[in-house]
Amino acid sequence: MKNEMHVSFSAQNSNVIFARTIALGFLVNLKISVNVLNEIKTVISEAVTNAIVHGYKNDATKLVEMDMYIDSEELTIVVKDYGVGIEDVEVAKQPMYSTKESEDRAGLGFTIMEVFTDELVVESKLNEYTIVTMKKRYHEE
Amino acid sequence: MNVQMTIRGGTLVMRLKGDLDQASIESLKRKSVDIIDKYYIRNIVFNFEEVSFMDSSGIGYIIGRYTQVKNRRGRIIVCSMNSLIERIFNLSGLKRICSVVENEEQATKILEAA
Ligand SMILES: Nc1ncnc2c1ncn2[C@@H]1O[C@H](COP(=O)(O)OP(=O)(O)OP(=O)(O)O)[C@@H](O)[C@H]1O
Ligand SMILES: [Mg+2]
Repeated sequence: MKNEMHVSFSAQNSNVIFARTIALGFLVNLKISVNVLNEIKTVISEAVTNAIVHGYKNDATKLVEMDMYIDSEELTIVVKDYGVGIEDVEVAKQPMYSTKESEDRAGLGFTIMEVFTDELVVESKLNEYTIVTMKKRYHEE
Repeated sequence: MNVQMTIRGGTLVMRLKGDLDQASIESLKRKSVDIIDKYYIRNIVFNFEEVSFMDSSGIGYIIGRYTQVKNRRGRIIVCSMNSLIERIFNLSGLKRICSVVENEEQATKILEAA
């Protein structure tokens, strides 16, 4: 069965838990294993935190967009911001790469997204947008 | 996020409760960073027994505290992690800079023996 949802919320840290919670709510009728749900929660947390912290630099007047699509045991998650953008996506995706090391950042967000999903695509244009698209296959139990 | 902090000698034990993400890390930093310097903390034990979720913000936080104590030749011990958090731990390479043990009792023993 196909299903989709679209939401936007203020770019503030307290909304990271909101994003994780609505994602789980959206998936509640599917019999997805706890393990896979945990991976989904984690990658959403990573993408949304990046949009808030890097994309919008914690400017709560801006909106983060999140879309989710379900189609034949594949979940697609899209997280968008219209913030500063990423100069070189390939560099940004490298493990331990962070432009905010002074703030105790590990530079592992993209690495976790890569490991916990089946596909990760990052599109970005400097000073225009960053769109993170993740695909996750699951099997209903 | 809730935290219970106990200081004994140069050791700070932090019993964490809730989700460790960007929002909770910020309040956790406000509560812990200054204390670690003020009380000249060398060792930090993070008890994850009641933490169900952690993302890379949590990893960054632990690395930051390691940086704070490493010049005092201190060490970081993490205990009671669930399997999800342990996976993120393994992926992060954090085990190179901190020890992972089963429970707080073991952590205390290691520090007493040192
Ligand atoms: N939405 C975004 N907008 C602008 N820059 C971004 C965005 N997402 C990621 N970046 C850039 O890519 C870098 C790497 O991101 P990644 O999530 O891997 O690490 P981090 O966020 O710096 O640290 P961590 O996720 O471990 O806390 C960031 O430091 C930032 O420069
Ligand atoms: Mg990140």
